[in-house]
Amino acid sequence: MIAILNYRAGNLTSVKRALDHEDIPCRITDDAHILAESRGIIFPGVGAAGSAMNNLRETGLDKTLNDLISRGKPMLGICLGCQIILDESMENSASTLSILEGSCLRFDDELLDEHHDPINIPHMGWNSVKLVQECELFLDVPQEAEFYFVHSYYPVPRQDLIIGLTRYGRDFCSVFGRPGLWAMQFHPEKSGRPGLKILNNFYRYCRTT
Amino acid sequence: MLSKRIIPCLDVRDGKLTKGIKFKGNVEIGDPVETARLYYEQGADEIVFYDITASAEARGIMLQVVEKVAETIFIPFSVGGGISSLEDMRAALLAGAEKVSVNSAAIINPEIISQGAEAFGSQCIVVGMDVLRVEKSTHCPSGYEMVIHGGRKRMNIDALWWAREVERLGAGEICLNSIDADGTRDGYEINLTRLIAQNVRIPVIASGGAGNPEHMTRAVTEGRASAALIASIVHYGEYTIPGIKDHMHQAGVKVRRTW
Repeated sequence: MIAILNYRAGNLTSVKRALDHEDIPCRITDDAHILAESRGIIFPGVGAAGSAMNNLRETGLDKTLNDLISRGKPMLGICLGCQIILDESMENSASTLSILEGSCLRFDDELLDEHHDPINIPHMGWNSVKLVQECELFLDVPQEAEFYFVHSYYPVPRQDLIIGLTRYGRDFCSVFGRPGLWAMQFHPEKSGRPGLKILNNFYRYCRTT
Repeated sequence: MLSKRIIPCLDVRDGKLTKGIKFKGNVEIGDPVETARLYYEQGADEIVFYDITASAEARGIMLQVVEKVAETIFIPFSVGGGISSLEDMRAALLAGAEKVSVNSAAIINPEIISQGAEAFGSQCIVVGMDVLRVEKSTHCPSGYEMVIHGGRKRMNIDALWWAREVERLGAGEICLNSIDADGTRDGYEINLTRLIAQNVRIPVIASGGAGNPEHMTRAVTEGRASAALIASIVHYGEYTIPGIKDHMHQAGVKVRRTW
């Protein structure tokens, strides 16, 4: 069973619908025992970093997550869930979970698009990911596949953690992590077949670990 | 680089498409869920449902449609028409829509934009704008005026001013429909599209007037739109989404071609 972490920050059902569609057993939970029993955890992304961290601290889920991950529980962070596993975020000047080294920055207002007009913020829509490291989550995902993004802040992890880059006014890190602990800025649950493939690959990793 | 989006729009009344959609083989389909699935499989980047249901009872039917769509397609979709309160927004988002679109309700009660953005996040709130070309005047210095009820009621509000206002209030996106171009199939209103897109920092979806793939290309290049809304040109099988995307790709536009 995959646990979808409920941190009371918004609608978590889109990840659940995608897993249900792929026949991946899952449940939405904030229960430490269920998280511990799960094969892997998905940290979905909705809301703002500050309030999400407050909810995690109040419920003690911050310690639970750190503990489970240090013991090797597989985790996939999505969007805000990817930003929050770093050390800090410019959004609400929040100090975050510090599971991986790095921070989160806001897109610079002065970046330009292909027409040399200022970019729109948030970065919203479909964009490509260029892998700079092999990653088993992308197994059988076509290189030209695109993914659905909605965000104003982007992760800046330690250099050796960077797995994939995306271009929006500048190159930013859109996928990072290490085997068993991955984070992605885009929404695999809203990225059509390639996104569902990534969720399946994560589940397969969880089942075989 | 961000791809330009192609977004088919489906009009729904009482849980059924208002006009049957003709796919290859001329099979007519009236079911919005099945149609959404077909467009999803053909590479639509997003889908817009426009609910033209009049009665409150039938709204529940639309929510059931939204739930089924959310279980069937795994790309973003939005619901518009009949959304006039925070409760309407909440119901559509909980049923699985990624975004909700407000149009006349936002003009009548602009606070719904800021309240919606605060409650659900700006990225969920699309403001639909129906715009009419008019003589430039002190009331409408841009030469474009806001209208509601499909163009029947002029609001004496300048469209450029309103676009900046909805951005200030926290809208995440604008769906910009030209009443003059709508239904003509002569192309989007490029001047209007560019005027609005270059004066706000949120994405603009061009709407109204699509007749061929060249029109989509122009909307996202000259018009600076982030996306193009299409309806009849794909509904009646004249063009397909992959065909439109191939054309745009050949014209040098980045579009999503693998799905």
